[in-house]
Amino acid sequence: MSETATPSFPKHLLDFRDWNRRQVESLLETAQMMQEVLARPVKKVPALTGFTVATVFFEPSTRTRISFELAARRMSADVVSFSGTTSSTVKGETYRDTLRTLDQMGIDAYILRTDAAGVPHQAHRWLRKPVINAGDGWRAHPTQALLDAFTLREKLGSLEGKKIAIVGDILHSRVARSNAELLPLLGATVVACGPATLLPGSLPGATLTTHLREALHEADAVMVLRLQKERMEKGLLPSLPEYIAAYQITHERLGWARPGAPLLHPGPMNRDVELEGTLADSPQSLVERQVANGQAVRMAVLYHVLVGKS
Amino acid sequence: MIFKSKLLNEDEVRRALTRIAHEVIEKNKGVDRLCFVGIHTRGISLAKRLVDLVEKFEGKRVPMGILDITLYRDDLSEIGLQPKVRETRIPFDLGGKAVVLVDDVLYTGRTARAALDALIDQGRPSRIYLAVLVDRGHRELPIRADFVGKNLPTSKSEVVKVKTLEDDGEDAVELWEVEAS
Amino acid sequence: MKGEILIKNVKLVDGRGLHGRADVLIGEGRILSLSGGEAQTEMDATGMILSPGFFDPHAHLREPGQEVKEDLQSGLTAAARGGYTDVVSMPNTSPVVDSAEIVAALKKKAAQIGRARLHPAAALTQGQEGKALSEAHLLRAAGAIMLTDDGRTNEDAGVLAQGLLYAASWGLVVAVHAEDAGLRRSGVMNEGEVSFRLGLPGNTSYAESARIARDLEVVRYVLDRLTAKAPPDRLLHIQHLSTKRGLELIRQAKQEGLPVTTEVGPHHLTLTDEALNGLNPLYKVAPPLRTQRDVEALIEGLLDGSINCIGTDHAPHTADEKALDLLRAPFGIPSLEVCWPLLYTELVEKRGFPLEVLVARFTDGPRRILGLPPLHLEEGAEASLVLWDPNTQRPVELQTFASKARFSPWAGWALQGWPVCTWVEGRMVFGAMENEGVG
Repeated sequence: MSETATPSFPKHLLDFRDWNRRQVESLLETAQMMQEVLARPVKKVPALTGFTVATVFFEPSTRTRISFELAARRMSADVVSFSGTTSSTVKGETYRDTLRTLDQMGIDAYILRTDAAGVPHQAHRWLRKPVINAGDGWRAHPTQALLDAFTLREKLGSLEGKKIAIVGDILHSRVARSNAELLPLLGATVVACGPATLLPGSLPGATLTTHLREALHEADAVMVLRLQKERMEKGLLPSLPEYIAAYQITHERLGWARPGAPLLHPGPMNRDVELEGTLADSPQSLVERQVANGQAVRMAVLYHVLVGKS
Repeated sequence: MIFKSKLLNEDEVRRALTRIAHEVIEKNKGVDRLCFVGIHTRGISLAKRLVDLVEKFEGKRVPMGILDITLYRDDLSEIGLQPKVRETRIPFDLGGKAVVLVDDVLYTGRTARAALDALIDQGRPSRIYLAVLVDRGHRELPIRADFVGKNLPTSKSEVVKVKTLEDDGEDAVELWEVEAS
Repeated sequence: MKGEILIKNVKLVDGRGLHGRADVLIGEGRILSLSGGEAQTEMDATGMILSPGFFDPHAHLREPGQEVKEDLQSGLTAAARGGYTDVVSMPNTSPVVDSAEIVAALKKKAAQIGRARLHPAAALTQGQEGKALSEAHLLRAAGAIMLTDDGRTNEDAGVLAQGLLYAASWGLVVAVHAEDAGLRRSGVMNEGEVSFRLGLPGNTSYAESARIARDLEVVRYVLDRLTAKAPPDRLLHIQHLSTKRGLELIRQAKQEGLPVTTEVGPHHLTLTDEALNGLNPLYKVAPPLRTQRDVEALIEGLLDGSINCIGTDHAPHTADEKALDLLRAPFGIPSLEVCWPLLYTELVEKRGFPLEVLVARFTDGPRRILGLPPLHLEEGAEASLVLWDPNTQRPVELQTFASKARFSPWAGWALQGWPVCTWVEGRMVFGAMENEGVG
């Protein structure tokens, strides 16, 4: 049988530091193939038979965890699911002990979500097993960025030269950081916009601005981030009405972007906060595609990270 | 790899395909519920040829699909790089159909086994046949082809390369030797 | 050209300088001409001086909620009498001015009153509690011109930093009452020889300089964090500067190019802590009256521009309140109605301080702090003006005050430079002269 070699992939997905454009595009092509699997009546392939994959979510998230677990099951892996909240003391040890205990039970790969940045990197060192980062603190959420890129390409074609605006609490957003890392790899430019107290001082891969109009001006797509109420409790944001008045994406403001520019949101959405409720249901919203594509993308990630010798 | 010899030339390939097409029609007693599914990569061009030939002989164009078996391979953990997952597209209902799986070379039988699993995940055909241009022996599984273009005994150090007009610019079956280290 | 008012034979002084005599024709809210013309009303302003209307960046008008001390009607009328066409009101009221609704209501009421114009400042933090940021965007949209927690000090540098960062993104300047609450202890007057002798708790000048030093560092941090392409030209405004040391820090920062501005009040330019020898709570103010060394330094700073402008920090209280003892009486000295004549007399007449510089500090200086264009006496300019008399000397008479706070440290002082007429956009909002001519 003839074979086309894919570029070799790192045996983990922590962020995109050691990924290049070719690898990303190859993975997105695989995700496209996975979409076909998901269109069948029997949504299963035996590629990961015999693998045991553990989802270890120290920060609660039902959607992402289910998305990963389904992806792993569809590849015929066995899935073990651990959800826990962190204890307030000595978090590092708790993570390590939990993971080491699980590891005694014969886990082949870990899908990890934590409130602290860097735990997946530590886990990779403690366990020497493939680790897929499902979100570590504010730092990175690579599979989200991949499914965002995949969804954007579905709609816009190549992302070369496209302007993507990300709006919201950039400072605390791993979605923003991962997209700012990934989208430029595919040739896009990223503008990140939010209130001054919710913007980092700098962000590689993105231009930062507090001016919504400037950010949306001729954008090819707009990614809207979820606003967390606790930002007001921490004194960083005055109030919801203030945020809505200045940064809510409305029909009118979306008009500042290119006509037909699609809307993305990593979910879950606060209707009528970061986004006008009616826009969420409009044909410009690709939110449902994002969720569906999350499956295909995560299956592709599992394939490329787990299959084959390291 | 070193080229050893050309086992089948253009005409021989053409004749082999013509004969396979006739045999399929004969075995199936016509083209009723017949369809072809080509296995990536060369199986696809060969399946297309067979569809054209069946149309030429029986006047009916039967449906065709393409199948990628990468996700069904049993050796995924042993290979180095991940093979590229390519497109699977079977744009018709497999239920009740007589499917002819088409591949270029039958060797260990593992590809065919994977193709069977992949196909069955797509639907429930009433019959599955296997058609190959070359059977080179060295089966590792109890698999046999229903339609064979040519039986060619080979040694394990040899590689059989099928070339098609569509993919390689010429129709041929070549024998190559893996270089001794 | 037919105008409404003709001010004849008047000397012109504005922030640009001294301009000699002119016949100023006003109509449709603007200066129509500086070389006369026909008007419905004429006034002979020989011997008088015309300046752009004064702008106070710092006054407590006590509305809403503390109207027993002062309200918009009395305060804005007092301001007009003092030659002010524009006043920034402080938000430490009851409730605190921290919502767009209150700002809009204040603006509306002031417009109806029709005296000096009101530019409400809004709180930097909700309730001025120093925790949650106020809605800068909505407040600005409603007409707030500045954010400040004045009335309180900004103890948490982190909150101040976030507040500056956020305000900067909306183009709003943040004003601070720069005193370190810890160092100031419960001082009721300047800590020094006088306070030690009188046995009164002192508020050291280092409370001010320490806080200014901290706030300048916070400004440097915020500049680093801002993602705007160009740094802002206004960011932090240090209110009621009272010390030589504080001035030195600000002068240095300005030389460095930091977007920092500051103001000084008439009391810190004309009074010292010696005034407390009379043990009168009238002189109790925060920051406190300092020493003559500080006064000299501040006058120098006002001259060289290190101090951008005069801010009255007009702080009205009831007579009963100021009759409490020195430990319990509220801090504050009102001065809207006397500020200009006081400083004209004490600085220009008695010390030779350049008139046009003082005028600049009352007109261009405050406008610049707030990002407003300067107002000068030229054709086409808005006719918000003050006509004042440099010659006639008159004592400060409390019973003539429009302000409810009829007390003053300068009661009985013989002053020159009293405002005669004040116009806002060509409409007279204060007039102490009989109108002459047709009408």
